[in-house]
Amino acid sequence: MNNLTELTLSEARDLLRAKKISAAELTAAFLKRIEAKACWNAFITVTGDLALAQAKESDTRLARGEIRALEGLPIAYKDLFCTKGVRTTAGSRMLESFIPPYESGVTQRLKDSGAVMLGKTNMDEFAMGSANVNSCFGSVINPWKAKDNPAQDLVPGGSSGGSSAAVVGRLCLGATGSDTGGSVRQPAAYTGVVGIKPTYGRCSRWGMVAFASSLDQAGALAKSVKDSAIMLQVMSGYDPRDSTSANVGVPDFEKSVGQSIKGLKVGLPGGDWIDQCDDSIKTMIGNAAAWLKSAGAEALDVSMPHIKHSLEAYYIIAPAEASTNLSRYDGVRFGFRAPAESIGEIYQNTRREGLGAEVRRRILIGAYVLSAGHIEAYYQRAQKVRALIKQDFSDAFSSTDIILMPTAPSGAFAIGEKQNDPVTMYLNDIFTVPANIAGLPAISIPAGVDSRGLPLGIQLIASSFNEEALFKAGCVIESSSGFVPWREEEATS
Amino acid sequence: MSVAQRNYTPALYKGNWEVVIGMEVHAQVISQSKLFSGASTTFGAEPNSQVSFVDAAFPGMLPVINTFCVDQAIKTGLGLNAEINLWSRFDRKNYFYPDLPSGYQISQFYNPIIGPGWINVRLDEAKVFGLRINHIHLEQDAGKSFHDQHPHKSYIDLNRAGVALMEIVTEPDMRSKEEASAFLRILRTTLRYLGTCDGNMEEGSLRSDVNVSVRRPDETLGTRVEVKNINSSRFVEQAIEFEVSRQIDLIENGKKVIQETRLFNSSSGETKSMRSKEDAQDYRYMPDPDLPPLILSAERVESIRRTLPELPDKKLTWLQEDYGLSYYDAALITSECGNAAYYEECLAVEARKSGNKVSNEKAKMLANWFTGDLFAYLNKAGLDLGASKISPAYLVELVDLVCDDSISGKIAKDVFDIVWSGGESPVAVVERQGMRQITDSAAIEAAISKVIDQNQDKAQEYRNGKDKLFGFFVGQVMKETGGKANPNMVNDILKKKLSVDS
Repeated sequence: MNNLTELTLSEARDLLRAKKISAAELTAAFLKRIEAKACWNAFITVTGDLALAQAKESDTRLARGEIRALEGLPIAYKDLFCTKGVRTTAGSRMLESFIPPYESGVTQRLKDSGAVMLGKTNMDEFAMGSANVNSCFGSVINPWKAKDNPAQDLVPGGSSGGSSAAVVGRLCLGATGSDTGGSVRQPAAYTGVVGIKPTYGRCSRWGMVAFASSLDQAGALAKSVKDSAIMLQVMSGYDPRDSTSANVGVPDFEKSVGQSIKGLKVGLPGGDWIDQCDDSIKTMIGNAAAWLKSAGAEALDVSMPHIKHSLEAYYIIAPAEASTNLSRYDGVRFGFRAPAESIGEIYQNTRREGLGAEVRRRILIGAYVLSAGHIEAYYQRAQKVRALIKQDFSDAFSSTDIILMPTAPSGAFAIGEKQNDPVTMYLNDIFTVPANIAGLPAISIPAGVDSRGLPLGIQLIASSFNEEALFKAGCVIESSSGFVPWREEEATS
Repeated sequence: MSVAQRNYTPALYKGNWEVVIGMEVHAQVISQSKLFSGASTTFGAEPNSQVSFVDAAFPGMLPVINTFCVDQAIKTGLGLNAEINLWSRFDRKNYFYPDLPSGYQISQFYNPIIGPGWINVRLDEAKVFGLRINHIHLEQDAGKSFHDQHPHKSYIDLNRAGVALMEIVTEPDMRSKEEASAFLRILRTTLRYLGTCDGNMEEGSLRSDVNVSVRRPDETLGTRVEVKNINSSRFVEQAIEFEVSRQIDLIENGKKVIQETRLFNSSSGETKSMRSKEDAQDYRYMPDPDLPPLILSAERVESIRRTLPELPDKKLTWLQEDYGLSYYDAALITSECGNAAYYEECLAVEARKSGNKVSNEKAKMLANWFTGDLFAYLNKAGLDLGASKISPAYLVELVDLVCDDSISGKIAKDVFDIVWSGGESPVAVVERQGMRQITDSAAIEAAISKVIDQNQDKAQEYRNGKDKLFGFFVGQVMKETGGKANPNMVNDILKKKLSVDS
């Protein structure tokens, strides 16, 4: 078989089970391509030997018929999932040489289902960023090029930018991501792949390097809605080691794929909030509503008066939690330690040199919004706003099944753009943060292109633990949009 | 039981100063594992051998509440007559220190698990006051730093990091160092009865922060000073004594007391400034997003209530009222739950034997043998009550032997000694060694006649008025009978015999 790396995850699964291909050759093909596309900087660590060994084991199992859900399928892990014996950096100098002695809950499930780990993907440092330009291992380059400036390097979105670039660039069949304010969905949109963030509590956070605990949730980036369902199936499930993990059953997500959406109620939140988007995005939203309607869904307007304040609440709550979550990186027990003469200097030097500018900015913001005299005006107020936003959603879900909105306010932008203007950068997250604030499942599906020919994503949000509605409706958008996936020629032309 | 009103007026210090004291007591929860990790809590283990990745705050590690520690806190709250908050939550107290691996301590700042409660504190038989508990919260202990092991390095032991503590916060209801140390003692006793804290001061299981201020009576509260981390009731008294004098001196010399945190130096008995209010750290308390609110069911609380033991104050009352024990004996017996259990077992054995409620006389005898002889033997041998070969059943047997005149009180001491070292039962000892008391009057008369015969001269002197010689004759008779003659019978018969010329 020639173009093994062009396969989707589900196609590869079928071919492996039919013994038309082997896990070893599939893995080798991806490893070769990863090497060839090192210029995208999608991986921080490639675990070639380990991957080939895992593939060999999978081939033995496939031969014996002991086939697990993801047997022999090569995927990549965002480098904030701790992997036992394999360096896990979270894109930070602080953890540049940290080798965890334990395996995260999510990657353990993937491993136990037979998935082959190709390596650890690049990311914004500690998952803080929307462009993957904040990694101490360098920026990730989006395989897509704009029609009007094919020489220009574009961002792959962030913070799971290594994963999105790897998936769209055929460096893996799928990849894990993490989504605190859109870090799975926004990079999926910027690279024209599918990204799902499940309900808060669906996936274990155990062993996932924390950014903002009340918002962090693992997710999957994949080439299709079906692939994302297959991956999420394995990643989901209760973990008693994570107190916020939900002890609820996991439905068969793959079964939802292709199911009818007749009678599904789709809510469209209006307001200036969405009116400010590019025309191409407004058009896409209108199209998406029409596709869903023609598949039997009903569309209706929903009022969500507080949702536009999500971003403000998010940029208080997330830094507040991050400021304390990241206190453990002090140079005392593990990771980077700068030379120093006293304990005060150890802290100062280690954190100044070990943490990047954006991370330090958010720690400062977080410490400020929690400080005496400011906590009421910022942190506590943001929590009240959070409650109102949750209420908006629960009101909306009393009359609808899913909510339709853009994933991001624009397509991918150039590396270096917006970098000196954090607020503009933060605005990228305006449509993705509401689902995190409310802990709801959301999916991004490529559904159009902007004026420069770059992919745009449609976002669907469902009520808690109703990921199935996202997969059902997502398939309709996927099959109706006529979206043309990334092709190699575009990158090389 | 209900909260007591102070039934006395506390003495004023140095003329006319009232002392106001409140305490925050950190009590280590008795639990096999830590508050948020499965690591062991064994004391004195090899440094850093009881540390999980959660305790060391490795990336991605998450806390999971130890429900046993929660139950222990509930039990403590119930034992201190407190409200149990069915909804509570954990907060992060943020500060950097090398023995605090995550950079924050998980505590309960906004919504503690236990609300207001109270405990009655007795200073002696007459004086009692009710002390209000403001709240109790659960929190993690930090690790331990050692700065004196190496000229340039500090060492850290994380064995204690993450161990569950209950912080018991009182209202400022204490008015003297004696009240403070009496509170600490009854609190320690109560926690030991409940089995929620071993109260081991040397191991740091009970550490106190003491808030002290002084004022003229009826004035508003003075500026308070917090003295941190005192690990015994004696040191609590010393620290208060020092602080009170210092604060009164300041005010009487026209100076002001500054609100600050001070450290107690146990070798000098003094406190010294650690940081002023202005330098107080901003802990940036925030609900811990890794832990959902702690929600308790009323059933869980009630099922724990059913396991509560009877507490010392209640026992103290009925031991005096129902068995006529002195306050002193009752207080001694109830001061340790093990003592009380031993004594109550004595009462139970005796009641089973006799089929009746134990008489006050016998209860008193049992108390005397227990708190007198047995305690003395235990002390001398450096043993715990649990190691004693004299079980409650044996002690009852011994007392019964005395009461039914089988042996004299003096012989009983010998029997006790033999039982203590050999572990044989008192009855067996008495039988084997023929120690049973002689109550046969003919035998006693014979012995007396023999003694008088051998001491005719002294008998005559006695008859001539030298009364003091009576004791000599008693001694000789007892010697003749191997100490086994019933002393009352010896007295009676001897008097008769001596008065008659032979």
